[in-house]
Amino acid sequence: MIEFQAVTKKYPDGTVAVDGLDLVVDAGKITVFVGPSGCGKTTSLRMINRMIDPTSGTILLDGKDIRESDPPLLRRGIGYVIQHAGLFPHRTVLDNVATVPMLTGKNKRAARSRAAELLELVGLPTEMGKRYPAQLSGGQQQRVGVARALAADPPVLLMDEPFSAVDPIVRDDLQQQLLRLQSELDKTIVFVTHDIDEAIKLGDRVAVFRVGGRLAQYATPSELLAKPADDFVSSFVGRDRGYRALGFLTATGVPVGPVATVKIGETAAEPGWVVVVDERNRPLGWLDQGSTSDAASADDVVSGGSLYEVDGAAGTAGSLRNALDAALSSPAGVGIAVDADGAVAGSVKAEAVLEALATARRTGEVPA
Amino acid sequence: MNSTLNWLFDPAHWSGPTGIPARILEHLGYTALTVLIAAAIAVPLGAIIGHTGRGTFLVAGLSNGLRALPELGLLTLLVLLTYVGLLPVVVALVILALPPILAGTYAGIRNVDASVVDAARGMGMRGSTVLWKVELPNALPLILGGIRSATLQVIATATIAAYVALGGLGRFVIDGNNAGAGSPNGYPQMAAGAIVIAVLALVVEGVLEIVQRVAVSPGLRNVATRKRTARIWRKPTPDLVGRST
Repeated sequence: MIEFQAVTKKYPDGTVAVDGLDLVVDAGKITVFVGPSGCGKTTSLRMINRMIDPTSGTILLDGKDIRESDPPLLRRGIGYVIQHAGLFPHRTVLDNVATVPMLTGKNKRAARSRAAELLELVGLPTEMGKRYPAQLSGGQQQRVGVARALAADPPVLLMDEPFSAVDPIVRDDLQQQLLRLQSELDKTIVFVTHDIDEAIKLGDRVAVFRVGGRLAQYATPSELLAKPADDFVSSFVGRDRGYRALGFLTATGVPVGPVATVKIGETAAEPGWVVVVDERNRPLGWLDQGSTSDAASADDVVSGGSLYEVDGAAGTAGSLRNALDAALSSPAGVGIAVDADGAVAGSVKAEAVLEALATARRTGEVPA
Repeated sequence: MNSTLNWLFDPAHWSGPTGIPARILEHLGYTALTVLIAAAIAVPLGAIIGHTGRGTFLVAGLSNGLRALPELGLLTLLVLLTYVGLLPVVVALVILALPPILAGTYAGIRNVDASVVDAARGMGMRGSTVLWKVELPNALPLILGGIRSATLQVIATATIAAYVALGGLGRFVIDGNNAGAGSPNGYPQMAAGAIVIAVLALVVEGVLEIVQRVAVSPGLRNVATRKRTARIWRKPTPDLVGRST
């Protein structure tokens, strides 16, 4: 647990970076600091590992005032990931990851074998350990950065805009990976970003900062979307709040209906929209059988929008947002539901999603 | 030109304590001594200034100030102040070699990506560890570039040792000059000396390039070729040998 008590950072020129911050970061959770530039989110993060010392106030790490610790020793117990990864260009990827274990006195062999495990954990092939950072893509470098921060198995991880310099697809990948890692490792993570979508996606709790270093709201993502504290937060949270809030509701109550399918190369039995599938029943797209009675060929297939993932056997489902988006983005007016293997499981209708939302409102699942 | 080649390939000039090989060894000796002393001063100084960011004015001031000194005049002054011997020569050459090494080391440390240094500190390295394990290895291409540049300048300028009655390849240049235009040991000898100095400089440059390739981490190789800015410090050889090289 990390506790900020009336923490203020004022620079000699009079700029106030952080102004009287009181905040408790829960252990084992992801806490996101988000806000526009100049709001003090990075300064707040860097005060936790004493890269910056506060002008006044106290920061407690597991109940202990961090000022009592020698900064380098404190930092070895706190993972640190930064925007451009900051990998050491002169060291191999493996030795980069082995940095902190080596600093804490582990021998080279033990540190390297630990580093190899971590590369695997973050989804990089072990052979990549022999390369140098300059030979890696931005996304790969960032994975190495995460592996390096985790090498000494610190209970706390500080991440300062780690994914903001990579392209959106890679970023999405890295975010999923972080959530997967967190579900296994249960670290106390403080994550700084200026991207509210990233904050909502990753955070167990989100702290919204406003310019001048003041905390505007500290809440769970669904609360933030449902009940922004003031105009600043609601404008920062942005458009489509209602739609995005659907992302926090699972669609287990939404019925999955039947859907007509046809294997590629075969002719559909009935007219109207059918889902064209491959041999393993995975969707390739839609076909409007009214326009042609020939065998389904790849040229006629209309791409099918997003897919809604549902796992009937496990009783789990995607979010209402996934279900609704699948329905709305489909040319046929109904969304395709797929199972965990990617095979067609049925269809989902927008009306059914709205009904499920109404039910959730009645049962109080949605904060009113 | 013909007489220069005749002089150069005369077997008599390739043996004995006054032959070309002996002179080359003397010349390399002065150069090595000078560059070692200069590096022992400039690398730590540049590293500390680059690491702490304090005393930056010293780098610009020293580099420009020292480079503006006329080498021959400086040597004469030093000899007058002390005595005729190795000391004033080495001091004069060290002063020549300091600026490129100091500037190269300082620039090398400063050029290390700020996020790399931030990460190093954030992971719990102490200041001295950051300098030794992160900043210096990453600055190595520019430090070695500065040393190479200094070495070449010193090789070209070590000719002045002969001016104060010492050895080295400058002997041929000075003696040739003194013998005058008519003598076979005159201008041909002078030109031959200059050619040997030029060839020696090229060979040493090649050797240092190989050293740099071995010493610098493969992870920095692309960077090393891109950032060879330390080369701008190479200044034209002094007038004494300038025209013939």
